[in-house]
Amino acid sequence: MHKLDDNRAWLLVVPVFALVAFNAVIPLMTVVNYSLQDIFGPGQRVFIGVEWFREVLRDPTIQASFLRQVAFSALVLAIQIPLGIAIALLLPRVGWKSSLAIILIAIPLLVPFNVVGTIWQVYARPDIGLLGRGINAIGIDYNYTSSAVSAWITLLLMDTWHWTPLVILLAFAGLCSIPEPYYQAARIDGASRWAVFRHIELPKLRGVLTIAILLRFMDSFMIYTEPFVVTGGGPGSSTTFLSVRLVNMAVGQFDLGPAAAFSLIYFLAILLFSYVFYTILKMNEGEP
Amino acid sequence: MTVIETRLATDAPARAAFPTRRLVAACVLGAYLIFQALPVYWIVRMSLMTPGNVMGRSDFLPVEPTFDNYRTIFTDPTWYMSFLNQLAYVCLNTAISLAVALPAAYAFSRYRFLGDKHVFFWLFSNRMAPPAVFLLPFFQLYSAVGLFDTPWAVALAHTLFVVPLAVWILEGFMSGIPREIDETALIDGYSLPRFFVTIFMPLIASGIGVTAFFCFMFSWIELLLARTLTSVDARPLVATMTRTASSSGMDWGLLAAAGVLTILPGVAVIWFVRNYIAKGFALGRV
Repeated sequence: MHKLDDNRAWLLVVPVFALVAFNAVIPLMTVVNYSLQDIFGPGQRVFIGVEWFREVLRDPTIQASFLRQVAFSALVLAIQIPLGIAIALLLPRVGWKSSLAIILIAIPLLVPFNVVGTIWQVYARPDIGLLGRGINAIGIDYNYTSSAVSAWITLLLMDTWHWTPLVILLAFAGLCSIPEPYYQAARIDGASRWAVFRHIELPKLRGVLTIAILLRFMDSFMIYTEPFVVTGGGPGSSTTFLSVRLVNMAVGQFDLGPAAAFSLIYFLAILLFSYVFYTILKMNEGEP
Repeated sequence: MTVIETRLATDAPARAAFPTRRLVAACVLGAYLIFQALPVYWIVRMSLMTPGNVMGRSDFLPVEPTFDNYRTIFTDPTWYMSFLNQLAYVCLNTAISLAVALPAAYAFSRYRFLGDKHVFFWLFSNRMAPPAVFLLPFFQLYSAVGLFDTPWAVALAHTLFVVPLAVWILEGFMSGIPREIDETALIDGYSLPRFFVTIFMPLIASGIGVTAFFCFMFSWIELLLARTLTSVDARPLVATMTRTASSSGMDWGLLAAAGVLTILPGVAVIWFVRNYIAKGFALGRV
């Protein structure tokens, strides 16, 4: 759409700007402060420059959790984005069946993080959980408190259960907005189902998928409550993701300085990845 | 089953080819819905059992079903008040977020202005701050302004990650409305605020509904900030649940019942927006 050039539009953005600035900038500056100082107690602090940053970047346990985190987010995107699109394609688009399907699909989204953890902690237990018993019953040895592979499977299943609905809802909304003539033209040309998907549906989904990928990336990269509740970062440190490691440092050891430096690096990493995704997805926009 | 296939199925020559495909599609969808439903069923089942039975039995159906857990929640003020507290800040958050996001989304959808793209990405970047270490500064900030342990603190703090999404969704809906409507109304002598409230907002009512749903959802499920910014008076249900879990051992039946209750308000909200979810917010920015 053609837009007017008018800097007075800023007046309409000021409320959002002020609110978000209040919430974001003041806490951010506090964290920047912590990260540059060594704090012994009230009023006793020494400026130490980038010492904490150096310490955090050299910590092998943090490097390990970073790699773990990247692997987890990559798996989450690789599973949930295709699955979400596939399910959205299968959903009925009109009538009461469509409404019913939307409601059923959306339910996991409305479960608070800690409740998600509680559900899966019991659901996946090999002795009293349906999932745990089911997997063991078909002859696979599965116990998320003793095997790292099982713990990862549990967390991936849980995250897929919780967040694929978001991808489905976004993709479904995108599909519903494709005008009917596109499909008619495809039918006249005798296009195959795959061709319709590849050349009509997928390009039209670009906008919503960009948002879906960004949201899923950010939230999976910051996942905290669910692994904390379900596996507590274990067994060993196999599910100690970045947030879990960060909270151990900030709350467990009360090392505010290094923890603040850690969270700034963490923040910058997410920002960088998101910007890369955003740029790549924008770059191919010209393609038909 | 996609629209195109159902429509093709009515064409006589195509009819024979499609039953198997429809069947496969229905099976896949059914399997996915079962995958989604089972964990929810499991928590409902737990909520109907005594703690002893939860830990001891693995039968598919509830063992010795009882409503005792729900009775406890509805008779104990710490439980039902925390449920109301959570509803209070989530509704406040939804109202604040919509109030600030509507004008901003209008600006992004109608005007080009200095730094518009950067502001948009900056708004979004605030979703990316790992909450763990930001909890302490948030606590200090809201204590300093005297809002600690009120619904306002949580409602305002949650706008940080809710508002960017609200702006994006609303902007998508608004961009679907042709600008000629704005221009006609302004020529007819409407002021911008009056036009916005009396003409424009009814046109994007479905978008506002969908946005309200997403605001509600993201605020409802958040735990860390809600727990940090409250202590007794405004403590939400999610915080009461974690405290029960840590102080007196795990009462799984009670936790499960509280968990089931946390799902219900969201289901009510989505019931209202079920028909709007699909309508055109794919048109937006990005």
